[in-house]
Amino acid sequence: MVIYGVYIVSKSGGLIFNHDHNVPKVETEKTFTYPLDIHLNYENKKIVVAFGQRDGIKVGHVLTSVNGNPVNGRELEDGRDVLDMLEKPENYPIQLKFSRSKMTTNEKIFLASMFYPLFAIASQLSPEPRCSGIEVLEADTFRLYCYQTLTGVKFMVVAEPTQAGMDILLKRVYELYADYALKNPFYSLEMPIRCELFETHLQSLLETVEKSGISNV
Amino acid sequence: MSRTGPRLDAKKVNSELFTLTYGALVTQLLKDYENVEDVNKQLERMGYNMGIRLIEDFLARTGSGRCYDFRDTAEKIQSGFKIFLGITPTITNWSPAGDAFSLCFETNPLTEFVELPDHCLNLKYCNILTGVLRGACEMVQMEVASWFVQDQLKNDSVTELRVKYVKRLEDAIPAGED
Repeated sequence: MVIYGVYIVSKSGGLIFNHDHNVPKVETEKTFTYPLDIHLNYENKKIVVAFGQRDGIKVGHVLTSVNGNPVNGRELEDGRDVLDMLEKPENYPIQLKFSRSKMTTNEKIFLASMFYPLFAIASQLSPEPRCSGIEVLEADTFRLYCYQTLTGVKFMVVAEPTQAGMDILLKRVYELYADYALKNPFYSLEMPIRCELFETHLQSLLETVEKSGISNV
Repeated sequence: MSRTGPRLDAKKVNSELFTLTYGALVTQLLKDYENVEDVNKQLERMGYNMGIRLIEDFLARTGSGRCYDFRDTAEKIQSGFKIFLGITPTITNWSPAGDAFSLCFETNPLTEFVELPDHCLNLKYCNILTGVLRGACEMVQMEVASWFVQDQLKNDSVTELRVKYVKRLEDAIPAGED
């Protein structure tokens, strides 16, 4: 039972809240000798594994540190270029750490605003009038559940495909939103939600659901 | 109305505390504005800002769906009064076109200890309610107007709030519902 995250999109399509709940951390550290048998590419300000998948290092993983020093863009903290370093035999053996790339806040905002037209298209494609739009989006590794309130706010939960009762969870999140975000006098509508009470209650709700199932909330 | 336990359970609060707090608000506004008309306006505005937030609470608790008929709306507004004020106003005086009705209050927790002084005869003491209705309905894409036609504080036998349907806010309807 795993819930990966919760997202709230305002009526105008902006991401007003996101909470990463339980995303398993994938990190592999390994010592390499010259020549490097993994192909690395520099794209989107990250050094990404392009080909040569082995020992838990997968295509798409990002290089995060070299000999224990964190990688920032394509440089180490002391300004050395990582890709140049990896081409020189005198730097080997070398210890590289790879992990799955994390989404930045900007990317999340971008994806949330992309879901908005998809949702609208889905409701227009519908052969029947008054279609609700996308309620579940299914993939092999996750399911996205979406609930749009009558006022146009969208609540989304990303969870394991086997996780049951997510529609009930979404309504509970809506209740928490009505209580802890909207009743906070310092929260203004349509703005990003930065309410600690909301966050802590959401966190404990998600934990209860994961531990003991939806019937206990 | 927050919850105590994990179960949906309205936190009960003594209505007298609420009545007195509202009274304090109105007297403060009267002091600040010195003009009864301005106070009426200000109360309506405050109500509007409450309504646009309160509607989410109402929807989340009741799970009620969209209204496609004004009679439906009337019943939901009535149940809203039950939830938030603990009173059930009666729905009467439907207009022939079915686009206006009245809510009649036998008792009103807002005015429980109130007597209007002479210089406040134009004060719409409960005007906050008209704002709440306007704000809440606007968030579900319906424009309504409401006003008091009778008021127990002005020696009428009941308090009567008239609610009129103005229009559906078509361009504000979220995707998937138009």
